[in-house]
Amino acid sequence: MLEMKGVKKTFGDFHALSGVDLDVKPGEVFGFIGPNGAGKSTTIRVLLGLMKADAGSAEIFGQDVWRDAVEIHRRIAYVPGDVNLWPNLTGGEVIDLFGRLRGGFSKEKRDELIERFQFDPTKKCRTYSKGNRQKVALIAAFASNADLYILDEPTSGLDPLMEQTFQACVAEARAAGKSVLLSSHILSEVEKLCDRVAIIRAGEVIEQGTLSEMRHLTRTQVTVETATPLTGLAEFSGVYDLTESGAQTSFQVDTEKLSSVMAHLAEFDIMQLNSAPPALEDLFMQHYDTKEGGKTHE
Amino acid sequence: MNERLFSGTFAIFCFILRRDRLRAPLWLFALTATSLAVALSFVDLYASAEERQAVAQTMVNPATTALIGQGHGLDDYTYGAMLAHQMLGMTALTAGVMSILLVIRHTRAQEEDGQLELLGALPVGRLAVPGAALLYVSGLNILIALFTGAGLTVLQLESITAGSSFLYGAAIGTAGIFFAALTLFVSQAAESSRGALGLSVTGLVAFYGLRAVGDTVNETFLYATPFGWLQEMQVYVEDHALYLFLPVAAAVIFAFSALQLHRRRDAGAGMLPARAGRRDGGRFLTSVFSLVFRLQRTSWMFWALGMILLGAVYGSVLSETETFFAEVEIIQVLIAAEGDTALIDQFLAMFMSVLAVAASIPTLLSLLRLKSEEKRGRLEALYTLPVPRLRVYGVYVATGMITSIIMLTAAAAGLWGAAAVTMEESFTFGAVFTAALVFVPALAVMLGLAALILGVSPALSPLIWVYLLYGYIVIYMGELFQFPDGMDYTTPYGYVPEYPAEDVAALPLVGMVTAAVIFAALGAWLYRRRDLD
Repeated sequence: MLEMKGVKKTFGDFHALSGVDLDVKPGEVFGFIGPNGAGKSTTIRVLLGLMKADAGSAEIFGQDVWRDAVEIHRRIAYVPGDVNLWPNLTGGEVIDLFGRLRGGFSKEKRDELIERFQFDPTKKCRTYSKGNRQKVALIAAFASNADLYILDEPTSGLDPLMEQTFQACVAEARAAGKSVLLSSHILSEVEKLCDRVAIIRAGEVIEQGTLSEMRHLTRTQVTVETATPLTGLAEFSGVYDLTESGAQTSFQVDTEKLSSVMAHLAEFDIMQLNSAPPALEDLFMQHYDTKEGGKTHE
Repeated sequence: MNERLFSGTFAIFCFILRRDRLRAPLWLFALTATSLAVALSFVDLYASAEERQAVAQTMVNPATTALIGQGHGLDDYTYGAMLAHQMLGMTALTAGVMSILLVIRHTRAQEEDGQLELLGALPVGRLAVPGAALLYVSGLNILIALFTGAGLTVLQLESITAGSSFLYGAAIGTAGIFFAALTLFVSQAAESSRGALGLSVTGLVAFYGLRAVGDTVNETFLYATPFGWLQEMQVYVEDHALYLFLPVAAAVIFAFSALQLHRRRDAGAGMLPARAGRRDGGRFLTSVFSLVFRLQRTSWMFWALGMILLGAVYGSVLSETETFFAEVEIIQVLIAAEGDTALIDQFLAMFMSVLAVAASIPTLLSLLRLKSEEKRGRLEALYTLPVPRLRVYGVYVATGMITSIIMLTAAAAGLWGAAAVTMEESFTFGAVFTAALVFVPALAVMLGLAALILGVSPALSPLIWVYLLYGYIVIYMGELFQFPDGMDYTTPYGYVPEYPAEDVAALPLVGMVTAAVIFAALGAWLYRRRDLD
């Protein structure tokens, strides 16, 4: 469906992308995360044929993203994080223009989406807030019959209620067998929607896989209260951020060390135990700790 | 209105001064320097009373009267009378434009961008922002009045006396203050800063138009417009200073009403509700071309209107050619007379070249929208749809060509209309139209060059304006300053046959079209290959 191999892009001396590999399969929702300046938007701009890669190959539907951009664009829909529209056209006019230029546009779907996103299409674009401009792009995208949706932080201006509507639209697209590339900062959204995730840092994809595959890299946050004072935990390898306050101790532990640590804790008479599953936030922080990076930090 | 409404006005006033620390001096300089420079140029251009009287004669025709006013003291056309006649209305109009732009910048534009919200959350009065803006723009206009008056006095020109000069300055300043207050008043009705700008400019143009009607049709209308009041002051002739009270009183009424309305209005809302627009794309908006057409149609209308007016000015001047030529030395130099070719034909060709340079401006602006669309990120939306880059590029180049034909036709229509009314033996429309359209290939070359520049990098696009300015100087001033003959051929305008004084030669026209196509094709090739911003 979408395949990038060793894509490089430099701006003068700056290496925006230094070898990006991505692989989105048919029918999956693919999360693309990374901090600002990591190369997410540049990657997407290469995929959309707005920029030409210096090296590597990038294909969508088996066609070259630069050479066959027009053909590819018939079957994709794109929603940017910052939607720029013509100030003197109304939202409704822009939605219809996009639909007509892309082709395969359904009036019924459009009206239904306008209803669902609670959008007023009769106002001029200059009066729309950021969230409303995003709705224009979202409605135009989901009213099309695209096979691949490329969404670049599409919900950054939406309120939580509209975010739910957006998530429902993504879920429906997937149910209809479409693919989605979702670049996002909202990790809970990625966690909720995505089948697989790629993490980009400094122009390189450093991790790619399903969320369960990636969780082995993360730690579990444990808070424990024991009857007898807890000792000897600091000697364990794979235990980090150990803090004690009264009878309560909290620490992080590598997933593969979890059972041996639990066995150790049991000796001290556990009164209360609280363990949080590794959230994407942790995964994210772990990979973007630029000082040392990765799981060996501290 | 109690004083709490205005608390914080002075702080905001200082803040405005800081924001406009460059803008305000530039306006002050531009508006003051224009009057001074024109006054000085009169001395060089028209040294003797006879020459001045000759000019006065060329001024008496309907088109000129409509454009700048009937004037006073034409029977004794002193430098002062000339200045008041030719410059007062236009300078007051410019001061009005300045006031409109500045008042909106510091009131509605701030409101729209949300800066007013930040200020409003501070302990400032509800009327502090409009109050400070009004204070600032009025102050700037008073400075313009004083600088103009003092500057003209210092020039020590014959008939330009101190008292009249300060009155002349005051006339410009009060016009500025009048339009500042009017803008604040009408912008209460609009919902956006663009709406406010539209309403204010419409008001400005309507008042100027009312003066034109008053001068040409029925004098009663002169008393309904500030431009009429200023004209009836008869500065440098009779100096009726009492007329100054009219714009000032009107400004006070507008300002007071505006503040009353502003006090009652919600931030960000208008007194008039914004009209709901179309729910859907309608039947028209279906392609890149219809989008570009839709985006440009308003500016086409305004530019075409401007070109008609400009054409009409030259058309009315044409009718005075013979006297003009006989009495004003400078034009004799401008027209390198060639034996028995009818002078009026040469005039037509020369005026057309000036109009063609003017028509190049909307033509290039139309194409350069491709650049601003890219900069504002709107092309991204198009290029992620199945829209080839070359189609967008091609549509913009084609739109530029259409613009050039519309603008040249509009100029030809204006010129022909004015000439037909004022001349005894006028040109046929066909002749005027041909004289205009022979410039299409030259405009195509300019357009092709601009397209080539956009293909290389949009950042280089100012270069085309430099080249246009160069073309204007070479074409219009070249003969006056005795530039070498070959210089004409460094601009496309120089290759255009001087129809009807010369026959239309095919070779240069075909050559220019070919060059334009090559430039545009090269630009297209580059445009398809480069990264978009």
